[in-house]
Amino acid sequence: MPVALTVLGAIVWRELLRFWQQRSRFFGALVRPLIWLIVFASGFRAALGLSIIPPYETYITYDVYITPGLVGMIQLFNGMQHSLSLVYDREMGSMRVLLTSPHRLSWLLTCRLLAGVVVSVVQVYGFLLIARLWGVDIPWMGFIWVFPALLITGVLLGAAGMLISSWVNQIENFAGVMNFVVFPVFFLSTALYPLWKMQESSVWLYWVCAVNPFSSAVETLRFALYGQLALEPALVTLAGAAVLLALAIRGYRPRQRA
Amino acid sequence: MTVFPRLAYCAALLAALPALADTVYVSNEKDHTLSVIDSVSMKVLKTVPVGKRPRGITLSKDGTQLYICASDDNTVQVMDLATLKVIHNLPSGEDPEQFALSPDGKQLYVANEDSNVVTIIDIASRKVAGQVDVGVEPEGMAVSPDGRWAVNTSETTNMVHWIDTRTRKLVDNTLVDQRPRYARFTDDSKLLWVSSEVGGTVSVIDVATRKRIHTIRFAIPGIPKDRIQPVGMRLTRDGRYAFVALGPANHVAVVDAKTYAPIKYLLVGRRVWHTALTGDEKQLWVSNGISNDVSVIDVDNLKVVKSIATGRYPWGVAIKP
Repeated sequence: MPVALTVLGAIVWRELLRFWQQRSRFFGALVRPLIWLIVFASGFRAALGLSIIPPYETYITYDVYITPGLVGMIQLFNGMQHSLSLVYDREMGSMRVLLTSPHRLSWLLTCRLLAGVVVSVVQVYGFLLIARLWGVDIPWMGFIWVFPALLITGVLLGAAGMLISSWVNQIENFAGVMNFVVFPVFFLSTALYPLWKMQESSVWLYWVCAVNPFSSAVETLRFALYGQLALEPALVTLAGAAVLLALAIRGYRPRQRA
Repeated sequence: MTVFPRLAYCAALLAALPALADTVYVSNEKDHTLSVIDSVSMKVLKTVPVGKRPRGITLSKDGTQLYICASDDNTVQVMDLATLKVIHNLPSGEDPEQFALSPDGKQLYVANEDSNVVTIIDIASRKVAGQVDVGVEPEGMAVSPDGRWAVNTSETTNMVHWIDTRTRKLVDNTLVDQRPRYARFTDDSKLLWVSSEVGGTVSVIDVATRKRIHTIRFAIPGIPKDRIQPVGMRLTRDGRYAFVALGPANHVAVVDAKTYAPIKYLLVGRRVWHTALTGDEKQLWVSNGISNDVSVIDVDNLKVVKSIATGRYPWGVAIKP
């Protein structure tokens, strides 16, 4: 096996072990979107019953609409959590151990990122399964179709988290990240409302939501769940993932401090 | 947003659909047109102009012609389905809305909403064969499959009027809930189902005694009771399900036809009105008057699979196998 893959395997394995050790984190990661699905979406159940938008073929209830957005939410929070653990690792020194490895820094960081994505995918499938049992009508084939989409959206959101962690020096600063990154990114997207609804209320909000890369991630996931490829959002997601990953790696380069 | 071709999804969808295409006809009340839709591709093939305010539509017994109630033209039009041209009119009396074909395919029983009569048309001679006085605002029409009874429901009198087809006389009335809209016999002619729009119920009537034996009530969580207005109905041949369109509740109720218990409510478009089953009874098509589309329900899975835009105010649905 090429050495690079050994590195990847080891890092993913470490992350999965850590995830297994923190089982409560898994349930924590599920509770948040499930509350949204079961409580919030139930309150608005009929709110979207009057318009058909692709990829849906007929009228849908709000819980069906919101499900891909909640999948995005899982990956977004996972990306942030991952970035938190990077900061933690850096403070505790285990990051330094990793970075002393003879392998390229960019590969090590990419492996670290992919490990986070794998964890997020496990969480997403747990959530989708419960959503399906709850009565959200997702085709079983959608569970397979969504997999490649989950990888690219996972890399996008994970890389975003990694980029942030390269800026944040101390764990204490993380509350700010939550307020100024996670919430705006989630709410100003197509996760909770379709774009045309936004357009109805405010044109500038519509544009903010339209250009938010998180919207692209959510739409990629939404179409994938129904076996369709949303080309433009998928390309935006892919490009965004590449740019953010490059920036994050650059942010982690050792630099001379003044 | 660019959407890539939906090949895989379509393939999955096609696998679940009947192999033979039926043709679905939908009358558009406000556009004065008829939409012709393919049941497999679920695409509108053609939209053809017909008489004013087309509402009730039904196929001739041999399936080559479509009878169309052109309400504001006070006539029933006969359309040749090969050419989609109206070939002649039948004298229907005033404001025909719903009608029923006799099992031998020779007569049409037409409810004339404005003149409180049922007009019997002899199709071959294109002449009125008789008129029967009924209650105020006659609406629903049905003829029992054994040909014994023609029933009419009158919206204001709230009654089912029983017409003996041999004597063409009104012989009995059955009181039902407010504003009875639509009537349908079971295939064995033993039961009659009648929907009451304002009463919000469906009455199941025993044909032998002409007495109501059961009243079906509906409740959809979160939807006010007064929006639940049953109109169009279909019963599957296997006696398993009855589908009831619930009007402004925007749902179709699936009723267990044996126990009369509603088992599921399916979300469709706005003001769901009339319904029709495909020949193999694998799909139920329903017209959504206010959202200007029809929804297709997969009968085996009790799922709405697609909604297709039609003209304005789609009203009647008829399906040619």
